This record gives sequence, C-alpha cells and structure tokens, in this order.
Amino acid sequence: MTTRVGVVTFPGSLDDRDAQRAVRLAGAEPVALWHRDKDLHQVDAVVLPGGFSYGDYLRCGAISRFSPVMDTIIEQAKLGMPVLGICNGFQVLCESHLLPGALTRNDSLHFICRDQKLRIENANTAWTRDYSAGQEIVVPLKNGEGRFVADQHVLDELEAEGRVVARYLDLNPNGSYRDIAGITNAAGNVVGLMPHPEHAVEPLTGPTTEGLGFFTSVLKQLVNA
Amino acid sequence: MSLDTVKNAEQTPDAAQPWAELGLKEDEYARIREILGRRPTGAELAMYSVMWSEHCSYKSSKVHLKQFGEKAPASDAMLVGIGENAGVVDVGQGYAVTFKVESHNHPSYIEPYQGAATGIGGIVRDILAMGARPVAVMDPLRFGAADHPDTRRVLPGIVAGIGGYGNCLGLPNIGGEVVFDSCYQGNPLVNALCVGVMKHEDIHLAQASGAGNKVILYGARTGGDGIGGVSVLASETFDATGPAKRPAVQVGDPFQEKLLIECTLEIFAEKLVLGIQDLGGAGLSCATSELASAGSGGMRVELDTVPLRDSSLSPEEILMSESQERMCAIVEPGKVDRFLEICEKWDVIATVIGEVTEGERLEIFWHGEQVVDVPPRTVAHDGPVYNRPYARPSWQDALQADAPTAERLLRPATGEALKEALLQVAGSPNQASKAWITDQYDRYVIGNTVLATPEDSGMVRIDEETNLGVSVATDGNGRYAKLDPYAGAQLALAEAYRNVAAGGAKPLAVSDCLNFGSPEDPDVMWQFAEATRGLADACLVLGTPVTGGNVSLYNQTGDVAIHPTPVVAVLGVIDDVTRRTPIGFAEEGQHLYLLGDTADELGGSAWSQVVHGHLGGLPPKVDLERERLLGEILIAASRDGMIDAAHDLSDGGLAQALVESCLKGGNGARIVVPAELDPFVFLFSESAGRAVVSVPRSEELRFNDMCGARGLPATRIGVVDGDVLEVQGQFTVSLAELKDAHTGVIEALLA
Repeated sequence: MTTRVGVVTFPGSLDDRDAQRAVRLAGAEPVALWHRDKDLHQVDAVVLPGGFSYGDYLRCGAISRFSPVMDTIIEQAKLGMPVLGICNGFQVLCESHLLPGALTRNDSLHFICRDQKLRIENANTAWTRDYSAGQEIVVPLKNGEGRFVADQHVLDELEAEGRVVARYLDLNPNGSYRDIAGITNAAGNVVGLMPHPEHAVEPLTGPTTEGLGFFTSVLKQLVNA
Repeated sequence: MSLDTVKNAEQTPDAAQPWAELGLKEDEYARIREILGRRPTGAELAMYSVMWSEHCSYKSSKVHLKQFGEKAPASDAMLVGIGENAGVVDVGQGYAVTFKVESHNHPSYIEPYQGAATGIGGIVRDILAMGARPVAVMDPLRFGAADHPDTRRVLPGIVAGIGGYGNCLGLPNIGGEVVFDSCYQGNPLVNALCVGVMKHEDIHLAQASGAGNKVILYGARTGGDGIGGVSVLASETFDATGPAKRPAVQVGDPFQEKLLIECTLEIFAEKLVLGIQDLGGAGLSCATSELASAGSGGMRVELDTVPLRDSSLSPEEILMSESQERMCAIVEPGKVDRFLEICEKWDVIATVIGEVTEGERLEIFWHGEQVVDVPPRTVAHDGPVYNRPYARPSWQDALQADAPTAERLLRPATGEALKEALLQVAGSPNQASKAWITDQYDRYVIGNTVLATPEDSGMVRIDEETNLGVSVATDGNGRYAKLDPYAGAQLALAEAYRNVAAGGAKPLAVSDCLNFGSPEDPDVMWQFAEATRGLADACLVLGTPVTGGNVSLYNQTGDVAIHPTPVVAVLGVIDDVTRRTPIGFAEEGQHLYLLGDTADELGGSAWSQVVHGHLGGLPPKVDLERERLLGEILIAASRDGMIDAAHDLSDGGLAQALVESCLKGGNGARIVVPAELDPFVFLFSESAGRAVVSVPRSEELRFNDMCGARGLPATRIGVVDGDVLEVQGQFTVSLAELKDAHTGVIEALLA
C-alpha cells in the first residue's frame, strides 16, 4: 500500500504543489487537502506548506489555525500523526500551539530568499530519520517573518530535550534565537521548519537535493510503524 | 449633486463640464459631443476621458506602433497577436505561452510601494485574462543616481512593493534589470513582465457576444482608489507645483489576487466563460467598453449592483476607479450558477452586473436611470490619433561627434590601471551585484525555476515529463538609445535575443515597453519614431514578431526627459531544460572562447560612464545577421553539450562578463590578450554580437569545427583555473578582491 501524505491548501498557500511534488519524488502519494474540509481522506501524514495563507493578515498563520481542516489535524497530531509545517506551515503550527514559540518579522525587516546552510540537530523525529545528527545540508530559505522567538525557559527546555531539529549555519538569516531553524514537539511527530526542503529535491531546480530527506524520513517512519 | 442622466444631458446642452480637469483637450471634448449628438453625461465624460487618455488610447504612438504589425516577420509561432491583453506564442507539445511587459512608472514615483506592487498585479491579470496560468515575473527597473537622497526613498519602496506583492502571489521573480542614471531622478521606470502558460485550446479573448449572456464582475470590491490613474497621472508631465497626485495611485491586495488566479483557472478548466477581461487602467470603463466593442451586440450594465468598498461613490467614480484585483467575465445564463459556486469556494465576491444585448449600444444604468448610452467602439477604439510633429534634435549631431576616443578620454595604459578600471566598473552601481534587491524576491516558488538572476535569462520548466521550458530576458540601454535611438532599440533587442540564446533557448517573440518623455516635444517624438522604426526593422530580420507591450510617455519632469528607454523582452523556447547553459565557470581546466568580433567601441559604454561620467559618440554597431548566427551557435552548442557555460557580453564588455562568470562559478581564469587587440579595447569594448563560452576539452574540436564551418569567429582566450582572474602580462586580481568590489555596493549606498 502506498503511503498517503496530505498537503493542505489554505487560501494563499503557495508551495502546496511543490510539497506535493516532493512527496511524490520521495515515493509517497500526495493527497490534496482543502482547508474547509475536516476530512483528512485517510492520509498517513500531513504537510502544511509555505505561502501567505490569508495574506498573512492579522498574524501569519493566525487565521488558518481556525480552518476546519486544522481541527482534525490538531486532534490527529496529538494522537501521533506525523505533521510537517514548512515556513507558513510552521507559523500555523505555532499558532495552533502544537509547537511552542512564535515566528516574527526578520531582524533585517526585509523578505529574504537565499540558499541556506543548516545543521540537522535531531535525526530522531518522524521527518528527519534519514539524516544523521550533525549532518549539514543546504536548502532554500525564503521568508519575511521567520525569526523564531520564545521565552528563555522555553528555549532552554527545547535545547535540553533535544527538540531543536535544525539550526542555521554560517549566517543567521532572520535573527532567530539561538539560530533555530526548526523544532519538534516532545513526541517527535510534529516538526516546524522555516527553510524549504521541498525546493531542494531536484538538481535542476534546487541548490541541492538535500531536502528530500524530510519526505523520505516520514515514509520510513510510517512503514516501520 | 443630482444624477446627470442621459435625459438630463439632452435637456441641458450648455451645462459646463470639467473636461479639461479630466485631461481632455477642447477638440476631443467637441468630438465626443459630435459622436453622441449631445453633450455627454458626467458618466460618459468620465469614460471617454480615461479611455481617450494617452495611456489607454496610444493616441500619440499609434501611428508609429503600426509598424510592428506591418513589418512583422512571418512566424508560425504566433497564435494571438497585438491588440489582445497579451500576445500568445506556440511553444510546441500543445503548449502556448503568453507574456507581456508593461510600465507602472508614474504611480511608482508618487507612491513607490503600491505603485510597484500594483504594476505586478496588473500585468499578472493581463496574462490570466488570456487563459494562462501565470508562472513567472520579471522587473526591469530604472532609478536616478544611486547616491541621490531620493533614490533612498524610491528604490527600497519599489523593491519592497515588488517583493511584497509578487512573493505573496506565489510567482517566482526570475530576472529583470536594475539601472541607475541621473536622467531617471524624477521619473523612475518600473516595468513589470509576466509569463503565463496554457494549452492551445485554453486561449481566451476579451469579447462579449450572444444576447442574454451575463456580465459578471468578480474579485475585490470597488473603492475610490486609482481614480484618474491613467488620465491625470500617466498621461501628463510631472509638475513640481501641481496638487498631490497620490490619491490617483491604486492600492493592491496580493492575497485577493492569488484567490482570483486560482478561482479563474478553475473557471477556465470547466469552460464557463465566453470572454474575459481584467480591470486595470480605466477600470470598468475599459472592461465594459472593450468587451462590448470586440463582441457582437451591445451591453447593458446596472452600475448600482457593483459591490463597493465605499458606498458614497458616484457612478462617475465607479466607472473610473482603478481598484485592483477585479475581473469581468461573459457567461452563458446556464453556467452562471456554477461560476458563482467556484467564486464562493475561493471566497471571491462575484456579481452579475449586466448582460449582452441585441443592440449596438453600451448602456449603463444607475438605480433605473440611464447614465450612459454610447457606441462602445467610440470609447474603446475610436479615440483620437495624433501625428505629432517630430524632428531630429538640434543637439544630436554634437552628441554623436563627442566620441570617447583615446585623445578625449584617458584610457588605462598599464596593467595596474586596467585592474583599477576593472574593479571600478565591477563595483559601480550599474554593474555591481544586485543580490540585495533580488534576494528580496522569491525565485523558488512553483518549483520550476531553472535559471534566475544573475543568469543571462530567466528560465522555467513548463512540463515536468518532457522538460520543455521557456526563457525570457529583458534589456534596454538608455545611454545607447540617447546616442542613436534607432540603433539603441535594435541593440536592446539584440542583447535580449543573445541572452536568451546564451541560456540555450531559441528566441521566438518580443514584447516591448517603450519608455519616453513627452510626445509634445518634437525631440522626444523623434526618438520615439526612430526607436520604433529600429525595433520593427530588427524584429523583421531576426524573425521575432512583437506580440504586444506598452508605451509610457510623459516620463519627464519639466523640460527634462529621461533617456529614450525602449525595454525589450525576448521569449525563447528550449526543448529540454536540463541542457540549459548557466553563466558560471564551474569546471576548472575548460578553455574559454570569445565568440564574435571586438572593435574599439566605447560610445555609451559602462567604462565611459563610470570612469569619466561621459556620454557621447555612437553606440556599438548593430549586425543582426551576426546576432542570429551567434544565437544559433549558442543554442546548438548547448543542446549538444559542447559548452558548459556561456555569458553574453554587454555593458562593461569582456571584463565585466569575466568577473560575473568567475564569481558565479567560484573559479578563476587565466586570460591571454589576443595579439591583434589592444588590452583595454579587448577588456572594455562593448561591441555587440559577442559571448564568452567555457568549452570542455573533449568538445573543443567539435566546437571549433562548428564555429569554423558557420563562419563565426571563435578566439581561444584562456582557461578556467585557480582562484584569481589573471590577464597575462597585465594584472592579477583575486576572486576575494573581485567579490569585495562587486558585492555589498547597493546596500552600502542605501544604508
């Protein structure tokens, strides 16, 4: 049976088709999910893609978090379903309180699009098992509000529990606290990531193919589960 | 204020009307009265004033633009030509591509962020209205002097507006230009280009036919923004003492536009529309009159059904509003319900505002009373046509005589001086890296970007199975055009053509944005006449028809016009995007070849501008047959794997191309000056029809044979090697030093 990975489209989602492509290239079946539809159509995992859902109005991710589809995703995530939020998807996960902290305006005050070096800190999550801890990868980063912030004790807790999934290397592009590019929940099934691994899955269009690991990881996780 | 109905207009023939304030000339107002056989109502006057504006009617440029049709080369690729929202080109495998470049100059000076943002929004809707999914955007930009205080206001706002709108829309920004010159100080140029892809059968046109069919307005509500944008703003010279024109700039909402795109594409997929038009300049006046004019029959519109953001708007204001993110569709009655359902799915407001009628009139009602009764063609197409006087400027000869000869401008004579000049040019605002700007644009979204800035052209894959792709480059050198507008326009085309070919794509078609000063100045009108003649002649030779574009006049403040700036976009097709050629020297050991002939041509050059602040003489010689041959060689070499890198030579000459290709590829190069050439001319001449290519050793024989057989001069000038750029016997400069000079320049100026 093919693994089914849902990709949610909110109004204003932009990288939904890219995430579907990455899922397909990883060997799974992408399933388009619609924000108004509570039904997850028997998917095994969910990707919340990048973009500007609801135009980033109010706060990034603040309106999408109340979509009917999110009710089910929040419920399933708490039961252990793998969920990956990329960029705007990360923002939605924070607004949903599935992940701690918040993403605020880049410290440069500019949108930035660049090829970003990361270090995978935690290779035990549902989405990073195909990497090794300490592995360095380059994937595109593109955001205007990607600065990860949280209280000191939350940051300490994330560090202590090994819940920092990826960190920026060489250059911190947005002023994220402790160079944090991605985090996970305590169970390791929900991951939020500011950079875009779905844009690094083909040599033709990406700086590398080093983003594919996020999508193959979840396949392995599901097959072994 | 009482409603000015048609009946009222008939009864009060002598009522005073604000035609002059709306930008109409006295004879134009008289002509409207003649057409209608009475004075126009306020609403009719509003419609005519915006549709007969320079921006919408092309009244000064029309007589020259018709050459693009008359001299158009025979092309099997053209599916839809000039006159529609955008031209459509066949790229094979059942795909069609539409593209167009447009200006949003005046609004962007007044209100940089919104002006630039809505420039993107407008061109994207043009492409969408043809039936295509927009797949990429590009922005050719011109600013005043880089170190002028006002550039610090205008540039960041424009860049943020382009990024803010385009990024939120989900379209990769894959290229464009950034040029600084004090001639653009009070008149920055913000041109925007969009490319869209569709299947042949999906082409849609702007026409309303079939009595009883419904007129549906959908998208954003109509507000009071952008009233008079095309007439008051874009069709007059800026005047330092006039009233503030900021309210004439529209305000964009990219989120609404993204919904509009997805909603419209779903409507197309279900074949629910007969005709469609976006609302841009001149808003509803334009959409209703153009749709009705292009179809058979008339149209009746109930203007009071238009959803408003501001309930106090008058009928005149609703007709003139340029509120963004709106479209107008003609739909059969049986398909209206499904149409509205799809709009509801995407949270897009849609309203039936009228229907196609048996008659031949465009009739508009306001709460049951008729406020417009006009033949739509007279509004949309029968605007005034001017044969503006033009004459070669008295100063042109003196300008051309002031050639940058070795006697007039001191040339670097030593290796050290050459190195100094190279660093100076590479680090000047026009030649420096534009990464600070382009890194604010998303180039990855949609996942099909194969080449993007700083490559020679932007290239996107359009079919993931077959790897079919298209590429676009835009170019335009105002300095060349100032020296000789005929040659300048041809050089703009030649450069864009060369850039597309250098990436490995075959050039197919052209779109142009012609940015000039006031048409009421005979000098400017001569520049315009010469540039259009040059471009039309060159398109004929290169076999690339003009598919559409835009004219922006009145780019001047007081008496001072911008350099004539024809911006030319060339679209190319490539059968297999995996064969594309990038600019970076990525492989050590490969030999570098200079293709084409180098002559002592420095008129209008980057060197003369950067080092001497000089503009004079003649631009480089145009040889279109050579451009075509060079293009064919570059495309064949790319397809057959004979070259691994190619970079066209343009401003800054070979020196600048080497700097860019070394830095992009992360490798140095050892260069030998050919015996017959002066080192300075070799490095800095801007002779056209040239490129530098990197050839794998295994392909050298085959590549040389091909160039020899076709008669293209190919000179081996060096090898990719190490981490320095060395011009043997002259100087050595490290990549670190080059990078230092070439990057960080723009941000330092704006800091």
